[in-house]
Amino acid sequence: MSPSDPREPAVTGPAVTGPDSTGPAASVPEPTGHAAIATAVARPRGASGAALLGSELTVLFRRRRTWAMLAALAAIPVLIAIAVRLTSSPVTPGRGPAFLDRITQNGLFVAITALIVSIPLFLPLTVGVVAGDTVAGEANLGTLRYLLVAPAGRVRLLLVKYAGAAAFCVAATLTVAVSGALIGAALFPVGPVTLLSGDTIGVGESVLRSLLIAAYVTVSLLGLSAIGLFISTLTEVPVGAMAATIVLSVTAQVLDALPQLDWLHPWLFSHYWLDFADLLRQPIDWTSFGANALLQGGYILVFGALAYGRFVTKDILS
Amino acid sequence: MSPAIASVELAIETHGLTKQFGRQAAVAGIDLAVPTGSVFGFLGPNGSGKTTTIRMLLGLASATSGEISLLGRSMPGSLRSVLPRVGALVEGPAFYPFLSGTANLRRLDTADPGASAATRAARVQHALERVGLTHAAGKKVHAYSLGMKQRLGIANALLMPRELLVLDEPTNGLDPQGTREVRSLVRSLAAEGTTVFVSSHLLAEVEQMCSHVAVMRAGTLVAQGTLDELRGAGEAHARLDTPDPVAARQVLERLGLTPVTLVSAAGAPGHLSAALTAAAPAPEDIVAALVAAGVRVRGFTVAAASLEERFVALTGEGFDVAQ
Repeated sequence: MSPSDPREPAVTGPAVTGPDSTGPAASVPEPTGHAAIATAVARPRGASGAALLGSELTVLFRRRRTWAMLAALAAIPVLIAIAVRLTSSPVTPGRGPAFLDRITQNGLFVAITALIVSIPLFLPLTVGVVAGDTVAGEANLGTLRYLLVAPAGRVRLLLVKYAGAAAFCVAATLTVAVSGALIGAALFPVGPVTLLSGDTIGVGESVLRSLLIAAYVTVSLLGLSAIGLFISTLTEVPVGAMAATIVLSVTAQVLDALPQLDWLHPWLFSHYWLDFADLLRQPIDWTSFGANALLQGGYILVFGALAYGRFVTKDILS
Repeated sequence: MSPAIASVELAIETHGLTKQFGRQAAVAGIDLAVPTGSVFGFLGPNGSGKTTTIRMLLGLASATSGEISLLGRSMPGSLRSVLPRVGALVEGPAFYPFLSGTANLRRLDTADPGASAATRAARVQHALERVGLTHAAGKKVHAYSLGMKQRLGIANALLMPRELLVLDEPTNGLDPQGTREVRSLVRSLAAEGTTVFVSSHLLAEVEQMCSHVAVMRAGTLVAQGTLDELRGAGEAHARLDTPDPVAARQVLERLGLTPVTLVSAAGAPGHLSAALTAAAPAPEDIVAALVAAGVRVRGFTVAAASLEERFVALTGEGFDVAQ
């Protein structure tokens, strides 16, 4: 979204409006992903989305529910670290989550272990709650009609809602990573890290690598967020949209574990979720990062287009 | 964009506006004409299609067929340029319960791309003042009463200077004092030149507030015009309360009147009403004639026609006047 002066006066007049695709009765072109998003951004009146995005983030992060979920995520590395610290017997390599055996030697591994533990369930759970709530939550409160009458613009609102969900993905993974780093540093020695490739990197760079993994996990969750956004446009019951999104994330992982469905695996949005080990090599192997980003981008386009197609023509009767 | 059906004098104009839900027509081809500057009462029983019509006017729901023009521009084609000039309260207020009144208004204000961030705080403050909510501005909406939420909803409609206000049941949940305040607020807005389109099922409220009225019944518009036109061009009615309704009816008919039996709330049949046409005798002569014929008169009043009588005639039985 291009930054704009929000103090710009209301421009009304024939010059501003072309055929407006946000009206429900206006003819709606086939969802075209990028093209649809580009036209929305290019529209002069849609330019001040920054204010609405700021407001969206404020509403999201003023909710007690959001903070409860972030607190629960922050507790995961704490629990892992304390459990490892209190156990007298050394952790057997190869048992438990990956990197668990390394924690006692280097506290920096708490963050990575906690991310691995959170990826299959806890992160999709919280992201499902936020993404499923995006449109259905507003519809349920009734505020959706007031946002649209303001007029927020349906495409603009959808983009802002997705950006809000994406911001939560960032917040969620960073919460796990930062909480893990802090508790790791508090309970275990911190020192140079030996990578999977055998090279050793300093503390500073290992922190960077942790952030890189957090970025990888964030990207992994963007496809799921787009699915949640789409499901959220289908209903006025936010709990239903949340549950459906979470169930889908579990289903995708179950399907990914069935060898009979080999052909399907590369198309599942959860397929690369745990493949960030390549980021712990020297030099960094970006292959899985790229493949994951491409896959997630595809999901964003497809489900973003579906959400667009559904939302711009939807009768708001709540 | 559809061909121009725009008219400068009409703030809202629809032609053949229809909304079909499955096989049922919630709104069946209505032609609304709301003059600019009027306070327009949109009446009808619950479920007669008022809110559905309002949703279509505001672009929330798409019309199955028909045309809409709002402030001279076609809807929903010109939604983005028209809606900033329209304030709305649709089917009751709706807010984020975990945010304060002020925070809620700020949130909804950011949704309007034309709303200036620089004046936001002042405008929110002013809107809260106008509806008398300043004292509760910092409270979470969760703790608001229904009446307070209703006021906040009206404040939201007043965040920007508007040319048209669409208020769907604005006095729902308000106490008598609040109802009076809303009425005077609507009057002051109208005095400033804002067109107010107010839906209601409260006849008395519409009668006190509106200059124009339209009546919906089962998805169709059964009457539309100025308040006086609807009352029967100011034709007065005589109302008679008597224990001898049969004899009274004969006397009135002999005088050239056409009496109608009114059913009172208690169900007693002794109430008659008759329109006082130009040819009718003076009221005092009617009473004299009644008494001379041996009809016992408990009460006799002459009143300008009330909307209620007109509406019972228009919408038939089942109109929930009392609600």
